[in-house]
Amino acid sequence: MRSTFEYNIIVEDLIARYGDKTVLDGVNMKVRPSEVRVILGGSGCGKSTLLKHIIGLATPAGGKVELLGVDLASADEPDKDAVLGRVGMLFQGGALLNALTIHENVALPLREKTGLPGDVIDEMVAMKLALVGLSHAHDLTPPELSGGMKKRAALARAMAMDPAVLFADEPSAGLDPITAAALDELLISLKTQFGMSLVVVTHELASVETIADRVTMLDKGHVIAEGTLEEVKATPHPMVRAFFGREGEGEEEQRSVLQAFGSDGGRA
Amino acid sequence: MVALEGDLVVDAVPAISKRLAAIAGPGERVEVDLSAVTDIDSAGVALLSLFLKRMDASGREVALVRVPDSVKVTLELFPFVGARVAPDVERRAVFDRVGAWAEGIADLVLHFLVVAADTSWFVVTGVFKRRGVRWHVMFYEMAQMGSKALGVVSLIAFLVGATMALQSAAQLRQFGADIFVVDLIGISMTRELGPLMAAIVVAGRSGSAVAAEIGTMMISEEIDALKTMGLHPTRFLVVPKILAITITQPLITAFADAAGILGGFLVATFYLDVGAESFIQRLQESLFLKDVVTGLIKSVIFAWLIVSVGAICGFRTRGGADAVGRSTTTSVVAGIFAVIVADALASLVFYFGD
Repeated sequence: MRSTFEYNIIVEDLIARYGDKTVLDGVNMKVRPSEVRVILGGSGCGKSTLLKHIIGLATPAGGKVELLGVDLASADEPDKDAVLGRVGMLFQGGALLNALTIHENVALPLREKTGLPGDVIDEMVAMKLALVGLSHAHDLTPPELSGGMKKRAALARAMAMDPAVLFADEPSAGLDPITAAALDELLISLKTQFGMSLVVVTHELASVETIADRVTMLDKGHVIAEGTLEEVKATPHPMVRAFFGREGEGEEEQRSVLQAFGSDGGRA
Repeated sequence: MVALEGDLVVDAVPAISKRLAAIAGPGERVEVDLSAVTDIDSAGVALLSLFLKRMDASGREVALVRVPDSVKVTLELFPFVGARVAPDVERRAVFDRVGAWAEGIADLVLHFLVVAADTSWFVVTGVFKRRGVRWHVMFYEMAQMGSKALGVVSLIAFLVGATMALQSAAQLRQFGADIFVVDLIGISMTRELGPLMAAIVVAGRSGSAVAAEIGTMMISEEIDALKTMGLHPTRFLVVPKILAITITQPLITAFADAAGILGGFLVATFYLDVGAESFIQRLQESLFLKDVVTGLIKSVIFAWLIVSVGAICGFRTRGGADAVGRSTTTSVVAGIFAVIVADALASLVFYFGD
């Protein structure tokens, strides 16, 4: 299902708070269809919080989020349902339902949300599991899988409904380089073959190089850089430099990175 | 007591250093008040570190108090200094505390009402909708919450019935009123003890299981995953359990009633010489259908309370595996408490309703 919007995701001046703590402070972001947007940033900078707000798991304290043209915070149930039916989310730990087999997990959204006959659903599940290389694991339960397999099964579930937007929270964290590379390739083909927008939170620079069309970099709840990977790398912000720092920068700049980190790094 | 203020950074350190140098030698406890400190860097931390070491050397007690969170984060990077940060003593007025407590209770009650309303809504709408209720899950839950609890509930009820007959016999015999043991067992079992004991056992078995299941799903983001798939967690998880326990709890209770009366019957016939025939005859005379029905109605109310309390405890789980343990414990305690309060209220209603 290709989307017809100019932007699949529009985030405007988003403010997010947990109690008194402001986690996101005026974040702006727009993601087009068929775009892989990578969100970068140090631990605790608000990446996962941003994801949760876009997908409607948390209500913004200020600003606006539009997902496929709908503001989830104010939409009524049927609209919300319609949007969520076109969105997939790959959680960091997989978040597969432990009580169900892998097959049932992937089939769940199809069974609950569509009127498809059982054999069609089974065939679709088999296709999706083949896509992530888990054809042999249909009848296993999540606890019987390794971390990497869980992640791939969760990806199969996230794409069960052929979403227009796929979110992934650290998809390749904890995977071996070969599996991680295969996963990256899969993500790219989802973009090119299905026209999905992908929003990926990751720390793996190698993976960013491969998949990112555009990069948004967060620090302390603010967007400090946005653009193609090259543009972001060229941003003079010290945190950006620190992040990509090891790539043969001049000695002068290296020192400024350390200074910036020394006076500011303690309060991330 | 010494209060520092402003930026505790490279430029400011020499001046502050002089102020701290004035505090020397043994003496009473020193409290360094950092509440007005706006920024701190390594130099500032080093200054504090030196001061702490100097005080330690002269045997003087010292603590860093009222440390702002922004400064605390930096101090905690350096364990020697971080460990000396005194925990914030919250001096809150009585009304503040009562207010916070009331707010917590109000939040809990609201949460309970939301879950209860959601559950009722999804039960009513779901039963008439295709794919509205996950029937196969309901049957699974019926086995979990019903048949598997049957043995232990019946055993407990049997023993309580027998014990009650034995204990009361000694009293009743003094008046030559042995036969009234039948009334005692029959009425108390069906109206009170059967439903109550069944509910307490089920709260321990199933209430905790509900809390543990939902709590684990909370911390492993499974609940979030359900939401992003557009599946309402209450409809998906709570509704099948509510439907299942609505069917099983009266059945379990009926078994408990019967087992309790059987216990009493055995004691009465073999120990009290009441005689099997007269026991059964007396039971038919003294026990009304209303007693039994009252007990069964109560058992359904208890069942709903047990599942919804378990579900609330599960949904309020935040944090890690230890939080699941806490939720489980809370669900059992709160579940049994809710059942007993409801029982007291029900007794009032049925008593004055007569």
